[in-house]
Amino acid sequence: MSDLILPRRELIARAGGLVAASGVLPLLAGCDAVNDAPAVRKILSMGEEMNRASQRALMDRDALAREFTRADLSPTFRSNGTRLPPGDAYATHAASGFADWSVKVSGLVARPLSLSMADIRAMPQRTQITRHDCVEGWSAIGQWTGPQLGRILAAAGVRDSARYIVFRCADRLGDALYYESCDMVDALHPQTIMAWALNDALLPIANGAPLRLRIERQLGYKHAKYVKAIEAVASLDRIGAGKGGYWEDRIDYEWYAGI
Amino acid sequence: MAEAETPVVPEKPAPVRVYRHRLPARIWHWLNAVTLLLLLMSGLMIFNAHPRLYWGQYGANADYAWLAVGSTPKTGFVRIGETRIETTGVLGRWTDAEGAQQTWAFPGWATIPTSYSLADGRRWHLLFAWVLAISLTLYILWSLIGGHLKKDLHVRRAEWAPRHIWQDVKNHARLRFPRGEAAASYHILQKLSYIGVIFVLLPLMIATGLTMSPGMNASAPWLLDLFGGRQSARSVHFLAAWALVAFFLVHLVMVLLAGPVNEIRSMVTGWFRLPPEKDQEA
Repeated sequence: MSDLILPRRELIARAGGLVAASGVLPLLAGCDAVNDAPAVRKILSMGEEMNRASQRALMDRDALAREFTRADLSPTFRSNGTRLPPGDAYATHAASGFADWSVKVSGLVARPLSLSMADIRAMPQRTQITRHDCVEGWSAIGQWTGPQLGRILAAAGVRDSARYIVFRCADRLGDALYYESCDMVDALHPQTIMAWALNDALLPIANGAPLRLRIERQLGYKHAKYVKAIEAVASLDRIGAGKGGYWEDRIDYEWYAGI
Repeated sequence: MAEAETPVVPEKPAPVRVYRHRLPARIWHWLNAVTLLLLLMSGLMIFNAHPRLYWGQYGANADYAWLAVGSTPKTGFVRIGETRIETTGVLGRWTDAEGAQQTWAFPGWATIPTSYSLADGRRWHLLFAWVLAISLTLYILWSLIGGHLKKDLHVRRAEWAPRHIWQDVKNHARLRFPRGEAAASYHILQKLSYIGVIFVLLPLMIATGLTMSPGMNASAPWLLDLFGGRQSARSVHFLAAWALVAFFLVHLVMVLLAGPVNEIRSMVTGWFRLPPEKDQEA
């Protein structure tokens, strides 16, 4: 009887549910079955390969992402994903201003490195005002400062056999640590930097303090935050679930996020 | 068709059949219909990930959105500028197939897949974007080379006359459709809407879609200037998608009013029966 005195909008909501449940439901269940079928997943992933291959083929490998001016900066630079890595270890680092934070550079390199934040800030720096595009659809413009990843890799003597660079992070989401990876084209791109400053201030914790990747021709989830280690590898197969990144492994985001 | 050759009433002429749609046009029509439906539904899923639209280069939650879909504890709403429209049950707050309340912008029956998955929506969208772009390119080339554009879509000088266009508007308003020979070719409003879809709206969807790609921005930065920024391109992409939906609805109504069996059959077999002249019917 309480149904009789439901507010109109709730009635509408329920009616909508009924319509969905009666006629459309079997059709929708069918759609989702198609979406989940392994053969369909394989066909769908062709789109990513076509996008990666065509963008690599058509675009100048060193083509720069647009750089903006200070007048274009977003008034508020939104953060997303992990905003505060859980755990005492990170809290201790944050309390000491990341004085003891170190970034390991290892894998297919001639000289493995362990860089302090002071080492990283002592390197030649690049400052760029770029647009950050989240896979969700929003964009924010910020100014980033840090050494080019290419310089760090050169200092470590990255070997020719390296095909990918893996970024290991300090933030744990659910059961696993965040990680990301990119190919050597993007790793050696002039705008690919390890940023420690945003808008002339030290990188805020929500945006990845003390160090994050900027990989300007790809979407936001590729820009690994809280970076602890940089590893040169020949294959991504045995890292995580083998798809090259935390979200790629978990929910099938594209590894190539140039679109 | 045998009955067409042996009319029951000898004075009444057999319906005149014309070969109206060639095979490439028929194939593209149906392929494009399916492609656009998949792109729309997967596009609405992608929109659900951030149901806010902006103008300019950037735009996120702290910035002013000219359009936003949202929810309160009891209602769902769309805000356009300063105008708020309650849309409980359809947008912003709705009941899913299991009877649970959801606060995603577009409801599950309108999206691919039905429950929230930005990753899967993007997979469908970014694959079928290729189908759209390739099939549209081939269709436009065929239209140019095969004479479809010149023969069927080209607007003749006389048709541009305001009086002629106004006459066509009046004919539509009175549901008075061309008969006999006049029905064999497209009339002016029909030509303009097909030209608008094939040469304006669909290329605009592709161009604004590419403008949202950070990779494309690096290789073709002029796209950003053309649309005034990535977030403007996203807004135009959304608006142009609904313009295509509006075209589809009018297209559907016109097919129903003009004789759905004859119209759909002509888009399957190519053969269209000219509606007999009024005076011949009398």
